[in-house]
Amino acid sequence: MDKLTFGVTMLVVGMGGTLLTLGIISAVIALMKKIFPYKKEEEEKA
Amino acid sequence: MLEAFANGFSGLLAGFLHLQLSNVVMIIVGCVLLYLGIKKDFEPLLLVPIGFGCILVNIPLANLMEPHGFLRTIYDAGIMTELFPLLIFVGIGAMTDFSPVLENPVTFLLGAAGQCGIFLTLGLALALGFTELDAVAIGVIGACDGPTAIYVTAKYAPHLLGAVSVAAYSYMSLVPVIQPPIMRALTTEKERMVVMRATRKSVSKTTRILFPLVITILGGLIAPMGLPLLGTIMLGNLMRECGAVERLTKASANEIANVVTLLLGISIGATMDGKIFLQTQTLIILALGFIAICLDTACGVLLGKVLYVTSKGKINPLIGAAGISAFPMSARVVMKEGQKYNKKNYLLMHAMGANAAGQIGSVIAAAVMLSVLKGMGII
Repeated sequence: MDKLTFGVTMLVVGMGGTLLTLGIISAVIALMKKIFPYKKEEEEKA
Repeated sequence: MLEAFANGFSGLLAGFLHLQLSNVVMIIVGCVLLYLGIKKDFEPLLLVPIGFGCILVNIPLANLMEPHGFLRTIYDAGIMTELFPLLIFVGIGAMTDFSPVLENPVTFLLGAAGQCGIFLTLGLALALGFTELDAVAIGVIGACDGPTAIYVTAKYAPHLLGAVSVAAYSYMSLVPVIQPPIMRALTTEKERMVVMRATRKSVSKTTRILFPLVITILGGLIAPMGLPLLGTIMLGNLMRECGAVERLTKASANEIANVVTLLLGISIGATMDGKIFLQTQTLIILALGFIAICLDTACGVLLGKVLYVTSKGKINPLIGAAGISAFPMSARVVMKEGQKYNKKNYLLMHAMGANAAGQIGSVIAAAVMLSVLKGMGII
């Protein structure tokens, strides 16, 4: 594999993969916040 | 008798006679690192042992990095096995409160943008003639995360470890100098003055406990080659958030992290042998590391500007600069910069969110990069 192909693949798949993974994590966390909402009692307990 | 005296005396002079210019230069470099750590407070926990290790390894005839030398033993045990950066990660996970990013999950995207420099610099390094794996190690300086840079470099380009580690830690400590001009150049005064609403507490304990598990499983499935990095930082965070293993959390964040930091620092210093370190290549790596961090900052701010537009002016683009992993220094820089233009602007918690996202982003970026390399059959 030549260096140009390697560099472009790393940029597109690597950066794209990072963005996609963090995007998925962001969506999953938003979903978890809906499923397990914060309750006022937690603050009182703490 | 006289000959025996002369021979004995020559033993005392041998160190001086074998001293080369490269050793002298590196001893001075070691002293500069000590000065920066001790006097200027630039990452002292690392620069002090690195600087001292650098001095030790450049004293001739001591053979500290030869087989069975004490520095070689530490290096082989902790760096070559990748154990030290991973143990540091357990400590980082145990010390880091990820709540600010959980409060506002969209900031994960800023953590992703803050990693652009890794991939762009990798391309630059390739263009300058470095091999694929050397370019990966150089690019990872842009993760702005010492243990990640050390983990990747020790594994795939160990001959660059000294230069990459020194670049990573030096630039991390220079974030307050590097970032502000880029932030100012890429934003308008109106954008810098945006006041963001205070975040209200909205993350339940269950979410905080599940977060490290979700990241480990999801991240591990997407990028299994980076699971050691992800798994260790998330183990530390799980221990912190669950509250059930307080002793282990404290040990990870204090005793273990401190001991490993000392051993890690001195072994990195030990890689700075003048004969290996003093090459044009080292200067190029230092320059590329600087470019990587500038690009990270620029990409973070540019995504911040996109979020400013899409949120109809509710997000201050300055927080994008905190998408790099220099935690929590970068968040403080954003806070300070915001207050220069609006005294009532408290961006710290928002910037901390982006900064915590950057911490995870750097690990994910390294993990993704390693898995892509594996997929391409390069490692």
